[in-house]
Amino acid sequence: MKRVTSVTAVLLSALTTPLAPDDYIGLVRPLWSRRQLRGRVESVRPETVDAATVVIRPGRGWRGHRAGQYVRLGVGIDGVWQWRAYSLSSAPGGPDGPISITVKAGPGGRVSQYLVHRIEPGTTVRLEHPQGRFVLPPATPRRLLFLTAGSGITPVMSMVRGFALRREIPDIVLIHSAPTGNDVIFGAELRRLAGRYPTLRVHEHYTRAPGGGRLTMRKLSTICPDWSERPAWACGPPGLLEAAEAHWRQAGISDQLRVERFHLGVVRGGAGGRVRFVRSGRMTTADGDTPLLVVGENTGVLMPSGCRTGICRSCLARLASGRVRDLRTGLEHGDEGDVIQTCVSAAAGDVDIDL
Amino acid sequence: MAGMQAVTATDIESLGHALDELREQIIASRGEDDARYIRRVIAVQRSLEVAGRTVMFASLLPPAWLAGTAMLAIAKILENMEIGHNVLHGQWDWMGDPEIHSATWEWDSASPAEQWKHSHNYVHHTYTNVIGKDRDIGYSILRISPEQRWHPVYLAQPLYNLAFAAVFEWGIAVYDAEIERTWRGEKSWHETWPQLKKSLRKAGRQAIKDYLAFPLLAGPAFIPVLLGNLTANVARNVWAHTVIFCGHFPDGAETFTQEQTEGETRGEWYLRQLLGSANIDGPPLLHLLSGNLSHQIEHHLFPDLPSNRYAEIAPRVRDLCRRFGLPYTTGSLPRQTGSVWKRILRLALPGPTPPTASRALLEPATTRLSG
Repeated sequence: MKRVTSVTAVLLSALTTPLAPDDYIGLVRPLWSRRQLRGRVESVRPETVDAATVVIRPGRGWRGHRAGQYVRLGVGIDGVWQWRAYSLSSAPGGPDGPISITVKAGPGGRVSQYLVHRIEPGTTVRLEHPQGRFVLPPATPRRLLFLTAGSGITPVMSMVRGFALRREIPDIVLIHSAPTGNDVIFGAELRRLAGRYPTLRVHEHYTRAPGGGRLTMRKLSTICPDWSERPAWACGPPGLLEAAEAHWRQAGISDQLRVERFHLGVVRGGAGGRVRFVRSGRMTTADGDTPLLVVGENTGVLMPSGCRTGICRSCLARLASGRVRDLRTGLEHGDEGDVIQTCVSAAAGDVDIDL
Repeated sequence: MAGMQAVTATDIESLGHALDELREQIIASRGEDDARYIRRVIAVQRSLEVAGRTVMFASLLPPAWLAGTAMLAIAKILENMEIGHNVLHGQWDWMGDPEIHSATWEWDSASPAEQWKHSHNYVHHTYTNVIGKDRDIGYSILRISPEQRWHPVYLAQPLYNLAFAAVFEWGIAVYDAEIERTWRGEKSWHETWPQLKKSLRKAGRQAIKDYLAFPLLAGPAFIPVLLGNLTANVARNVWAHTVIFCGHFPDGAETFTQEQTEGETRGEWYLRQLLGSANIDGPPLLHLLSGNLSHQIEHHLFPDLPSNRYAEIAPRVRDLCRRFGLPYTTGSLPRQTGSVWKRILRLALPGPTPPTASRALLEPATTRLSG
């Protein structure tokens, strides 16, 4: 069967060369793409004032996800494709989906603002396969502790929903921190589940309530006295995660705590940094004013080049990580996987170039 | 060319700044409308191609043959001109879409994108109209500038230029592999051979598609489909040849010497692009089918700005030319084509003595001679 498919594919591509059959089929059926996993937005559901759940029907090739994993999602905003990673908030499931992500609109967050306020059902998005090791072990522990804050609830929600779907909830303590009760994403659903399943105890901590404040590790110990006997999953802002890591380390049980960080991608600009040429295995430091093309050449990397003035695009290279500054405009840009013009781009912080 | 005023170094610098500013404005305003434009052109082009090829299967009926061939020819023209050429220039790279990107795009032409990007984007766009550097001056086979030394073989150039037009894509594929430079020993066979092999592989796939696979699929209509594809390819080739020749070879488009371009400033580079290019006047459909190379001047000033924006840039460039007393060469398609052929016919014969006007213009603070 596989052989038949590949013979058909070869014959088909003889008709579509230099393009692929995908390029034509995609005009009618974008979700059938073999080259790039896609999805269609089915609905957008507000969760709080500034958070919403986007339900997506994944296209051909989606293999399903495990609870706690995240997916890289590409959306076209003002003509430009932007990629971000979001934890999947839907229960783990198979290849048909639908899946959902739940996004909190951050101030100045271009993609999160778009997903919460602007995206419409019917929009085609691009997806990558789910990744991440913030997952449950194959054998579910008898007792668990979830420690979350803000949108850090999303990967944990996928786990809780998975348990609820099987109608088998182990002994769970879920401690969630939010400014007020109205800010708790999935608040209503969590309270309903806790009402139905006595083994699910949800403790909501409100930082803006009288006597609230930050969720400290001391408070955690009061809320959940047997915390050290529970395998724990923590997801939230860096402050909370650092405190938790220190707390578990002091108890000598660091291996009991798994954390998931949301990368905010804040980069200092204009300073240059460490430049690594991944495939050539060379590394150097560069200032913020030298074109990466020159940096590479000085390090002995075989850099493709042409006009060296930003016109001909013979020098394009893929950015493996980090951000660059356009020497013509002074503007910083770049996302993992972007193709940049090395002759007019300088390092803005540490960068990895796929050359 | 008569009545030119002095162009000073300061003028050239101000011109450069004004053009840089114009460029920044366009870049800042690129957005969803532009993205929608290119996606729509691509969708129309692909649908037209599918429709053309499908209709052609019925080409035992002559009207179907004609309609199918016409649709396919237009699809191929759009694919090469408004889509391929411009995507390969990186005009749409800003969208960050790997499916519409200069680094990944391959086009329906015998020449592999990678080689064409070198000979066109780099050599031609960097050294535009510089004799001895820009290989596009006559494509190594035509005498298109009086500065090129005459040879008896050029007596036949009106004839072989016609043939060149018909097989344009194949000519460009051979030309991109720079065989003539290898012949002269400027490039080693060691370097050329792998390029040539790549071209042959690409060209082979192109030929199989149009002259074997689709005709076979048509069964009894094998011959008409083969002829339809051949006609569409030739029509596309002749059209591309015409548009491209109108861009640099009509009257008014100037050539330059290598000495003139030594130590060139940004402003002088812009000026050379401006003086070395010519536009074609016409309705929006002409601009679309020419891949907006009807705005050749704007394209040469800003080769990586989205083609759909050249129409709005053009009047502003024209205003700048007026302000600085610079020529802005443009004319209708028949007029420019006539002008190109006149030049090809004239330069088939020896002479004339090269004019010196352009040289004077590129030298700062000198008065231009009337030409």
